[in-house]
Amino acid sequence: MIEGISIYEILTLSTIVFFIGVYGFFTRENLITILMSIELILNASALNFVVINTYLYPDFLQGAVFAIFIIAMAAAETALAIAIIINLYKLVNSVEVKDTDTLKY
Amino acid sequence: MERIVFYILALIIIIFAVASVSSRKILRAVIYLLFVLIGISGIYFMIDYSFLGAIQLAVYGGGVIVLFIFSVLLVHHVELELEVTPLRKKLIAGAVVLTGLGISLWAILTFPFQTAGTDRTIEVSDIGHRLLSVDAGGFILPFEVISVLLFAVMIGAIVIAKGKKLNK
Repeated sequence: MIEGISIYEILTLSTIVFFIGVYGFFTRENLITILMSIELILNASALNFVVINTYLYPDFLQGAVFAIFIIAMAAAETALAIAIIINLYKLVNSVEVKDTDTLKY
Repeated sequence: MERIVFYILALIIIIFAVASVSSRKILRAVIYLLFVLIGISGIYFMIDYSFLGAIQLAVYGGGVIVLFIFSVLLVHHVELELEVTPLRKKLIAGAVVLTGLGISLWAILTFPFQTAGTDRTIEVSDIGHRLLSVDAGGFILPFEVISVLLFAVMIGAIVIAKGKKLNK
């Protein structure tokens, strides 16, 4: 835990980062920037796991281990999504959401 | 002292997160995201979990951001500006997000958390023993699943990104 900082302040920070990510997810219209918003959301949740573990249950390690799993999942998801985006760019020459209707009709 | 550092880090994280979701130049948005990730790793260092801070720097700062920059450079012109989102969409998203933020903050700030009060540094050896332990509470099965997942993603990313042009 951090000297002089309560759990409420860190949880407030992670909540704000989470909702900034949600806002980006709603408003962005480019696949790469949508993926960046998802990274913000995943980071906020990993921070929550670690903070709740160290402040409330310092004798256990579950939250700390799960944060590692979240980071591994996020890296895997990013690699796969960027592979899909590059393949899509080869197909339709664009990565805007409104142009990606290959499977629609 | 720690209070000041924490507040500076929090300010950096929030300002650059907002810049990252609102910047119209896509390469700049990626760099702002890098600052956010570095700030979060600074918070991991402050709560004495330096192993996760190092992982965050290596995986996000080193790997994910480089992937993003690569894909941006591959599919965009560097100076290209993103399209402006319609104001109506921005307002609706802002209203939804502010409502959610208000409800979540109210729930967090009124919940009586029972903080343990003891301080503990999370050592790398503890994490390693816990990850590879087969006893109750060990994480050997998720660890193996994650390694299989990473292998599958490696093959899948190669196969998908190689691709074929369908319109030829």
